[in-house]
Amino acid sequence: MTVDTLPPAERRAIVRDGVAVGVATGAYGISFGAISVTSGLDVWQTCALSLLVFTGASQFALIGVIGAGGAPLSGAVTALLLGTRNTLYGLRLAPLLAWGGWRRFAAAQLVIDESTAMAINRESRPAARVGFLSTGISVFLLWNLATMVGAVGGRALGDPRTYGLDAAVGAAFLALLWPRLRDRRNQVVAALGAVVALGLVPVTAAGVPVLAAGGVALLAGVVSSRADPTEYPGHDDLPGGGHR
Amino acid sequence: MSALWLAVLVTAAGCYLLKLAGLSVPQAVLEHPVVERVADLLPVALLAALVAVQVVADGQALVVDARLVGLGVAVVALLFRAPFLVVVLLAAAAAALVRLL
Repeated sequence: MTVDTLPPAERRAIVRDGVAVGVATGAYGISFGAISVTSGLDVWQTCALSLLVFTGASQFALIGVIGAGGAPLSGAVTALLLGTRNTLYGLRLAPLLAWGGWRRFAAAQLVIDESTAMAINRESRPAARVGFLSTGISVFLLWNLATMVGAVGGRALGDPRTYGLDAAVGAAFLALLWPRLRDRRNQVVAALGAVVALGLVPVTAAGVPVLAAGGVALLAGVVSSRADPTEYPGHDDLPGGGHR
Repeated sequence: MSALWLAVLVTAAGCYLLKLAGLSVPQAVLEHPVVERVADLLPVALLAALVAVQVVADGQALVVDARLVGLGVAVVALLFRAPFLVVVLLAAAAAALVRLL
């Protein structure tokens, strides 16, 4: 891999793509903010989640479990299990970005689906770094801004069911899952996960069914023997990143 | 500290450390095929379970209501490659409409 400098035109093109993904992804922070405050968290807790957790699926999982009446800590465990995929992304990104010291600690917070997708297919280290940073920083800024707007606005809404916000949560999870459903094994695992969870709903406390579905992943991972082609998100999986 | 704040802070610390671990640990430590497959299938199983529970669970009961209509609309929107926010808004609007009727 070369460490030479990036032609200005290429740099501009990468930054433009990163910002486009940031705008599209950041915008749905509005729905996160609104759903979070109607799930029982206050505006500060909602904003703290976007600022400190900063990984959408985990944030939605935490508020989803809490909103359904589950114990906050079982929501936290679900969120952490979903956060493990960022560890995989980091493993792929580390040799590409090759940052040490404080830069690595700062970059770690930006390791998410979007920044990974916009960095891992680049041909040089400078291009990977620019893709990672322009996407990560624009998503971070807009996601947090939109969360605050959604949280403050959501408080004024009243009963979330009137606006169908409870249905919006399921749709949000489905949209996050969707790009991975192109793979046949993932379809089977998803179906089994849903069935296990629903089977446990009547007999366990809220929050437990979702955690138990994690067991399906464990079993399938041990039994099957093939890597997942949808493991890392591609440009087409991102809002604003695909060529539609 | 309230249970909610505790959950927020535990999630924040844990999610940051998971990200940092990926950038920091030697690749060989986690590069076991089974570990990779499990870590890779976890989001699939968990997100599918979250969809199911959010849409048909009401406390300890399983119920079919407007949320299922919302999910159906979300599927159609996703098939048409609608962006995330549009999918979510259409699902909410569909459920709200069903409740109004």
